[in-house]
Amino acid sequence: MQSIGLSAKDLTVSYGDHAAVKRVSLDFSAKQVTALIGPSGCGKSTFLRSLNRMNDLIPNCTVTGEIWIRDQNINSPSTDVVSLRQKIGMVWQRPNPFHKSIYENIAFGPRYHGTKNKKKLDEIVEQSLRKAALWEETKDRLHNSALALSGGQQQRLCIARSIAVKPDIILMDEPASALDPVSTSKIEELISELKQDYCIVIVTHNMHQAARVSEKTAFFLNGEVVEYDDTPKIFTNPQRPETNDYITGRFG
Amino acid sequence: MSAKTADKIATAVIVGVAAFIVLVLAGLLGFILYRGVGHISFHFLTSAPETIRKGGGIGPQLFNSVFLLVLTMIITIPIGLGAGIYMSEYAPANKITSGIRLIVEVLSSVPSIVVGLFGLLVIVNLFGFGFSLFSGALALTVFNLPLMVRITEQGLKGVPREQKEASLALGLSKWKTITSVMLPIAMPVILTGTILAAGRVFGEAAALLFTAGMSSPRLDFTNWNPLSPFSPLNPFRPAETLAVHIWKINSEGLAPDAAQIAAGASAVLVITVLVFNFAARWLGRYMYRKFTAIK
Repeated sequence: MQSIGLSAKDLTVSYGDHAAVKRVSLDFSAKQVTALIGPSGCGKSTFLRSLNRMNDLIPNCTVTGEIWIRDQNINSPSTDVVSLRQKIGMVWQRPNPFHKSIYENIAFGPRYHGTKNKKKLDEIVEQSLRKAALWEETKDRLHNSALALSGGQQQRLCIARSIAVKPDIILMDEPASALDPVSTSKIEELISELKQDYCIVIVTHNMHQAARVSEKTAFFLNGEVVEYDDTPKIFTNPQRPETNDYITGRFG
Repeated sequence: MSAKTADKIATAVIVGVAAFIVLVLAGLLGFILYRGVGHISFHFLTSAPETIRKGGGIGPQLFNSVFLLVLTMIITIPIGLGAGIYMSEYAPANKITSGIRLIVEVLSSVPSIVVGLFGLLVIVNLFGFGFSLFSGALALTVFNLPLMVRITEQGLKGVPREQKEASLALGLSKWKTITSVMLPIAMPVILTGTILAAGRVFGEAAALLFTAGMSSPRLDFTNWNPLSPFSPLNPFRPAETLAVHIWKINSEGLAPDAAQIAAGASAVLVITVLVFNFAARWLGRYMYRKFTAIK
């Protein structure tokens, strides 16, 4: 797996006249987990959704600035958004498996991207489920509805679904906040596994989670990045008073 | 008056109103069925009507109604689906789009007799399709289409945004996302709505008086050549439907048993529409279970 990171330069996201993210520049390294923390409404989810151009779907939303992967600015209008998104996977807060079987949830993407061979698809399904630590629980019922799985299993299925199309980067928007503690710790273990292969950017409200899973942490406040540094440093020795106030629970 | 008494009175009034509506509906249905069911027989459903003698049936009319329904749906479903998909997924949120939406709403509330007159002037005369099943199907399309567009649009709008985003995030095109992820989820709603619309088409009379015509040629049910004027399959022949037939024999029927025939035909019509409604509900529930719950 080639190591690929992502870098945002002067990224501004506005809804109408209101700027939700203001001139944010951040670099994300490959094979690392970067956590975005901050109080509700600080723009961290909006920023995340801009990285795979998901905000294109929202009317009135404009994104200016540059997002670089390798030597391509993916925020330029000439970018083929559809093929770009194959390279950037995404996991949402609420598990959102397709209303299809477990097998189809995973085979759906690869089949569309050209893998028609049944044997190859079987392989991809098994590999993806194994990577998402879901294979043992589902191998006997691959053709049952994905909606019959528990919330935690559904979320792991969504992760398996996104890695099945072989992305370089995975964006996670509070992937564990709708799950119980056991499922949460499973997802966190999974994130630590996956960072060996992918560049992961995770938005989280849970500061302990950020401290546990990430190498780097960016603290967002009112649409700006207040501080961006190695995770241990942010949590033990923050340079800015706002960061200190937030992580010690004085607001947010 | 205490809050408790007010609550009791309000409850009583609401229950009373509901009971009244149910009673009226049940009475209406019961009356139609009571008067008509006795007259329904295999002979009645399959044989041709008589002009002045007793014992005529409604066979051709029943066939015409079904055929017209199929024709209408063949025209309406693709156009309605396409327009609904456009309105829900492609149309930009601007004044033109809300203008289109308003026109669709207005179109769906145009009285059907006006649609019939429009059909007579434009489809029958101007386009020269004459009194025919095809003209009737086009006229019915005019007032069925808005319904179909709205059903499709609402069905797609009801699909959770995360489902759409999940598909797009996998690198799937917008079209593939619509056809493979969104339409299956919206399908129970669309299908239920389509069947209900079909029920409305089946019972429609006014829009057909001047388009599909009030008479049928002597149909030869052994002639399956769709180009022959006596073949039941010819879409360019005049065709009197069941609802139109009821209106006609009630107003100018000469047969001595005209009243019974009208009652029997009404019962057949009501039963068919009921079947459509129950089928829609059953199918909607079945598909919902199939798409969402555990197998």
